Amino acid sequence: MRSELQGKIIVWSIRATTYLIVGIVGYLLLDIIVKGIPTISWEFLSGFPRRSGAEGGIYPAIIGTVYLVLGAIIMAFPLGMASAIYLSEYAMQGRLNRYIRLAIITLAGVPSIVFGLFGLGLFVLFFGFGASILAGSLTLAFMILPTIIVSSEEALQAVPMGLREASLALGATKWQTVYKSVLPYALPGMFTGSILGIGRAAGETAPILLTVAAFFLPRLPKSIFDQVMALPYHLYVLATQHPDTEKVLPMQYGTALVLIFIVVFFNLTAIILRNHFRKKIQW
Amino acid sequence: MKSWRDKAIQTILVGAASTSILIVLLIFFFLGREAFPFIWEPGFSNLFQARWIPVSFKEEVFGLLPLVTGSLLVTGLATVLMVPFGVFGAIYIAELATEKERSFLKPFIEILAGIPSVVIGFFGLVVLSPIIKNFFGLNTGLTALTGAILLALMAVPTVITVSEDAIQSVPKAFREASLALGANNLQTIFRIIVPAALPGMIAAIMLGVGRVIGETMAVLMVTGNAAKLTLDPFSSVRTMTATIAAEMGEVAFGSHHYQALFWVGIFLLIMTFFLNVIAQRVLRKYQMR
Repeated sequence: MRSELQGKIIVWSIRATTYLIVGIVGYLLLDIIVKGIPTISWEFLSGFPRRSGAEGGIYPAIIGTVYLVLGAIIMAFPLGMASAIYLSEYAMQGRLNRYIRLAIITLAGVPSIVFGLFGLGLFVLFFGFGASILAGSLTLAFMILPTIIVSSEEALQAVPMGLREASLALGATKWQTVYKSVLPYALPGMFTGSILGIGRAAGETAPILLTVAAFFLPRLPKSIFDQVMALPYHLYVLATQHPDTEKVLPMQYGTALVLIFIVVFFNLTAIILRNHFRKKIQW
Repeated sequence: MKSWRDKAIQTILVGAASTSILIVLLIFFFLGREAFPFIWEPGFSNLFQARWIPVSFKEEVFGLLPLVTGSLLVTGLATVLMVPFGVFGAIYIAELATEKERSFLKPFIEILAGIPSVVIGFFGLVVLSPIIKNFFGLNTGLTALTGAILLALMAVPTVITVSEDAIQSVPKAFREASLALGANNLQTIFRIIVPAALPGMIAAIMLGVGRVIGETMAVLMVTGNAAKLTLDPFSSVRTMTATIAAEMGEVAFGSHHYQALFWVGIFLLIMTFFLNVIAQRVLRKYQMR
């Protein structure tokens, strides 16, 4: 009897701990949604900021984030896909393979601000791109590369061996096998990984802080060598650097809501797609 | 017989996969390149002083000690908070939750993992720090503890996901044997499953710690950014990451201050590198991925 009560108490405290996390996150999301919605208007989304962000909209920051994310994914996706195909389909157990895996693990753990320093040292200064969309996108691309490689490789591994063997047995070359028999089934999973990467790139602040982001720039970029505003950095500036942070609180909530909306949208899409394909393709 | 086309494609793929190695080497090289001149002028030992006064008319001091203790204090507190939430969360999701709860909790945790750190920092600034200030009767809510709570929140998804994988990878036979011997569900979980999954859980916590040390925006926004040598959780501190983010924008390229900031980056890189490599070793050794 006593131990049964004890057991119930233990289970309930574990449950409470878990739901406390849910509660805090739910509160965070609700707080930003409820206080952010009044700010959202057509003018806020499509207008240019005025008086260093105290009035007007966040259009340049949205566009800046879109450019940065597009640039990052254009570079990271092909590279990540090719890496994953090599690791999953071609690589033999060996030294090169081991070093590649070690490098991917290392990259995945590099703090985002260190990526920023690296981008500053290599792209901004050494290559002379200056603080620009190009430097920022390249930095973000390298940051999301491990995410894309790991989930793409998982997608490739999930394709049954039999498909490859059947294709090879019919006389197809290695590449024909990969291209015709493996990739079609693995592609949805690979896209899922990239969508997760997009979500991460859109929300990161530290790397773009040092490589691209403009404090206040109420115009659109003309080339990839221009600086841009970006949503996460704009939120940071409004919340901590603005001379009157209390007064621009509605603008902060509005920006946070737009940023959360973009990031959660991409993440949810990835999660739903992944679950969909896991269910659909039953081997 | 291999056609030239297949060979060309294979070469391209090897090249692509090797870029990861190249990037890691480039990161080390370019951090080192910018930081290196500091060793002679003003001298490497300058980094080991107890004060960080990078801008001064009299004498600039680049002691990393307050920044390192700041990072360690915040990381330590965050770890203390993150372990019970991460471990209990994983046990609950893997073992105790119903199928329906699980299908809601797992995506929820993934959403949490995706919330940008600047948004978490913003939440900490406008919601959490006033709570901390009033609850403990402090002058300011911008403390090491505030940062630690946010960081714990950000690391919890990592800990839960990796720990849950570790629990799932415990062979079914262990559980069945325990239940067959008359142990109840909780006894099985705490005496059999958790001990068997322990290496994976420790690795999960290490990955979480790695994430916490490297986190920048949230700590930059809520820890108050005072570079002092302290271990008081209610004091303002300045972490290594926040120092880089806050000061790099205003520093003259190539100055001693600039080089010192790259040294901060190198130390961060080394710390996270070892945490990650060890954690992955553990996970691979026990086949928990």
